[in-house]
Amino acid sequence: MDIIMSGFFQRALIGGMLIGITAPLMGIFLVLRRLSMIGDTLSHAAIAGVALGFVIGDFPILFGLIFALLASFAIEKLRKSYKSYAELSLAIIMSGGIALASIFFTLGRDLSMDANSFLFGFIYTLTPIDLWTMLGVTVAVLLIVGKHLHGLFLITFDEEAASVSGMPVSYYNILISVLTALVISISIKIVGGLLVSALLTIPAACSLLLAKSFKQSIVIVVLVGEIAVICGLLIAGVWNLAAGGTIVLVLIAFLLLILLGRNIFSRIA
Amino acid sequence: MNIGTEACHRDIITVDSVSFSYQQRDVFKDVSFSVMERDFIGLIGTNGAGKTTMLRIIVGLLKPTSGEVRLFGEPISQFKAWDRIGYVPQRNNLNPLFPATVKEVVLSGLSGKRKWFGRHSREDYQKCDDALMAMGVEDLAEKRIGQLSGGQQQRVFLARALINTPSLLILDEPTVGIDYETQESFFHMIKHMHQHHNMTFLMVSHDMEMIKGYLGESPASTAGKLNFYIRHSHETQDCIEDNLAHSLKHLRSQMESQKEG
Repeated sequence: MDIIMSGFFQRALIGGMLIGITAPLMGIFLVLRRLSMIGDTLSHAAIAGVALGFVIGDFPILFGLIFALLASFAIEKLRKSYKSYAELSLAIIMSGGIALASIFFTLGRDLSMDANSFLFGFIYTLTPIDLWTMLGVTVAVLLIVGKHLHGLFLITFDEEAASVSGMPVSYYNILISVLTALVISISIKIVGGLLVSALLTIPAACSLLLAKSFKQSIVIVVLVGEIAVICGLLIAGVWNLAAGGTIVLVLIAFLLLILLGRNIFSRIA
Repeated sequence: MNIGTEACHRDIITVDSVSFSYQQRDVFKDVSFSVMERDFIGLIGTNGAGKTTMLRIIVGLLKPTSGEVRLFGEPISQFKAWDRIGYVPQRNNLNPLFPATVKEVVLSGLSGKRKWFGRHSREDYQKCDDALMAMGVEDLAEKRIGQLSGGQQQRVFLARALINTPSLLILDEPTVGIDYETQESFFHMIKHMHQHHNMTFLMVSHDMEMIKGYLGESPASTAGKLNFYIRHSHETQDCIEDNLAHSLKHLRSQMESQKEG
């Protein structure tokens, strides 16, 4: 229990609660636009960036962000070249990201961190600077999404109608990519590059089963994300488990419970 | 090809020698036509004739290889008044699990500046209620859009297109996948709007029966494989009426009294 009172755990908890808001929030837009795999792809690219950041100095989040942004533009480019085979571009960027990461890992042999921590998270090493960065990103994401909620809804619901109503659709597409890249790069330290996409997609998956309106779906993703992060971290802290993995398993447990509850409910009703 | 010649009947859509080619193949070449105020234009063609492509060029989703499109007299690159255009998409793009209520969908059609967190004013809600009422779907306002039948969904999309009281309504195969009776009542509603409101229609359809029934037996003009059927609505008295919000409110009672009469 002592671990829960310790400074590094409390930093982890605060950081977790911040990404518990932003990651599911961006995730719902990605999932509804059938771009679930983009989260996975960007996070693989971000792993390479984080690794490079450690090789060069101590800028993992910054380089993670740069790589995720570059990857999101590369995806758009490739998507245009392959048109209806859009998922091909995701596969290419994803493997490219991991390939780069593996090279950077071997370059930085003297890193105190091993590959595991990039892939599965290194939550207990969060610094105050990391937390401030996370807070900054969270505030920025909330402000931008709050300001553009109407437009984001419209292009998520019906991109063509959005375009015909004079909305700058490509601007919104870039906006979503950039925000997602930001959120992923701050989330890697907590859940790890391989598990980030779970935090983007599973709350959205829960929400699709429960929400009756778009507003509800946003409230539900954030609630699910928050509860899962807090429960996951506490469980991980008490039983000394991997934090990222525990959070993701809690999320999956939520999803199963909701599915089960819905089945029972529909049988009674 | 234009029937109305009076001063009030301006060009709404002008397609000026537009060509479009895709992967070095001409989809259509040098097409010119114009849609005038209060025209109802049916755009008919076989699969691959380029109907949807033409529609996408008109609304600016695609750039023509050459030629120019003008909306309300303005070149499309400078056109800003998108709230004057209502657009009803093909229904089959809808994801049935999408978490949005009918009300949210209709409100999403509203143009103009938005408040924070997508909040709407009382006036916006009033417009939404009017549009829902006009389409006879007010009881479904809180339902999830995916739970509705195809015909109901189409009415919701029409309500969304009408919420800004547009001058031009563009419909892309609006009745695909809807049963015959629902189609009938949908067309009835559109015809009624054409005759009694100051609105111009451009509809892409494969439904020859409806088109011919309303727009005449033979196309007024052809361009390549595209056929244009045109009917101008002029016999009505409320030509000057442009307050559709007001008219929307009464659309349903008007239609119902017509049915009885």
